[in-house]
Amino acid sequence: MTPRAALIEAAYLLASILFILGLRSLTHPDRARRGMQLAALGMLVAIVGTLLHQDIVSYRWIVAGLALGAVIGYPLGVYVPMTAMPQRIAISHMFGAVAATLVGVAEYHTLGDGAQVGRVEMAALGFEVLFGALTITGSFMAFGKLQELLPSRPVTFPGQNVVSLAIFAAAVALFASLVADPARPAAFYAMVALALAFGGSLVLPIGGADMPVVISLLNSYAGLASAATGFAIGNDVLIIAGALDGASGFVLSIIMSRAMNRSFTNVLFGAFGSPPAAAGKTAEGLTVHAITPEDAAIQLAFARLVIVVPGYGMAVAQAQHQVRELAQLVEKNGGTVLYAIHPVAGRMPGHMNVLLAEADIPYDKLKEMDDVNDQFKNADVALVVGANDVVNPAARTDRSSPIYGMPILNVDEAKQVIVLKRSMRPGFAGIENELFYRDNTAMLFGDAKASLARLVQEIKQL
Amino acid sequence: MHGASLLQLYVFLLAGFVGFFTITRVPALLHTPLMSATNAISAISLVGSLVLAGAERGRLASVLGFVAVTSATINVVGGFIITDRMLRMFRRAPRPGGERR
Repeated sequence: MTPRAALIEAAYLLASILFILGLRSLTHPDRARRGMQLAALGMLVAIVGTLLHQDIVSYRWIVAGLALGAVIGYPLGVYVPMTAMPQRIAISHMFGAVAATLVGVAEYHTLGDGAQVGRVEMAALGFEVLFGALTITGSFMAFGKLQELLPSRPVTFPGQNVVSLAIFAAAVALFASLVADPARPAAFYAMVALALAFGGSLVLPIGGADMPVVISLLNSYAGLASAATGFAIGNDVLIIAGALDGASGFVLSIIMSRAMNRSFTNVLFGAFGSPPAAAGKTAEGLTVHAITPEDAAIQLAFARLVIVVPGYGMAVAQAQHQVRELAQLVEKNGGTVLYAIHPVAGRMPGHMNVLLAEADIPYDKLKEMDDVNDQFKNADVALVVGANDVVNPAARTDRSSPIYGMPILNVDEAKQVIVLKRSMRPGFAGIENELFYRDNTAMLFGDAKASLARLVQEIKQL
Repeated sequence: MHGASLLQLYVFLLAGFVGFFTITRVPALLHTPLMSATNAISAISLVGSLVLAGAERGRLASVLGFVAVTSATINVVGGFIITDRMLRMFRRAPRPGGERR
């Protein structure tokens, strides 16, 4: 090993250690920031180390790419609002996958279009471009849905799963044949094209509320594509970082699926919510109790314990700052305000936490489902802001309901439930929510942000 | 399978284990920063892209390398900045004994 190669390996080793320490620091919010700065330092070390690589003879394209990437990446880091975080994360999975896929394609191309590729290397390259390509289109599709460029409801057509699986099977068959004989460029490029098509067809039928699982899975795939790149070009730091990312996405996917009481297969191929006919009970003969902002304000003003349950509706209305204002008033009157956060509330893991933290709400008041669920019975008011399926008691009781078995927040145990909701339209799953018809539930109709602002005003006037 | 790739497989599996046991301890509170953090970290594929862009293996390889470097750099720069921006927002409640506003 030349001294230069040893130096590069040392840089990679240091970077790997710093990455692991960085992720480790995320187990606690007070240490997380420092830890991630260390990880960023690790990245810098790895990049500088790589620039010493003996194969690099010209810096023209490198400088151009680094400059352009920094010019695009900086505003994506600094200016993207927290409310746009799900689509921001989705598109960044795409960028990562683009890099991995292109390295794989170029590697195959420069090695005589496969003529000088060994079987083991072909297997690595195959995984790299398969995972990479399907992540590119899958993430782009997820981005389109979250940014509302595409309809966020599931887009389905008859025989969709059969078509998707056929595309996937064809891509895998080409992969297998390439490992047997790598020197067939037509098969290679066809495999890339099929993987691209599969990524799109995989995400298209998945609806908005299932996005937390999809984003986590794509996170995992992007990581696996990076790791496969490491195998293909024989680079350990890529393997390590890719494995970390892959593991992280995998763990998150499991947590998200479990929080919905569904399997991966069901999320990916179930097209949840696509048949509105699957709606459980209908609401005929039941009445809702509407409440005026004045009455709701009185209840909140004199409550000792208020538990706020945020959902995607809060993110859409961007009402997190009004939530904080309301909470401050309740606290000024001597009450306590906690926030009950369901793991799949919103469009990505941790979505609600980020929004509430942005509104300057201390993180020790943001409670996970299991920690807060037995406190609802002590709560004077449970304030549901734009959440629906995660508070539907049908998940506990109604075996015919599509969400039966999903762990939910026990808001119905609170003395009074106030639901801020735009209209009586059912939530994503297309299921009626019997919570809205209970005697201790009052509905405050209107835009969440406007309703909260009104409540703040009313409490101030009391 | 030759020795080097077997060794790589060890590295992959061990790193996967480390990742699994570390990530399972990350609280739900920080799941979004976790995602952007792992995304920034896996942009280490920049390392492969840099060699591709600088190795002069023909025009096509250089152009693909350039696009790959650009994409990966977007994630490195944007990813670490946005993770930091998010983590900066997470703060504790002021202690009851502390100053009142």
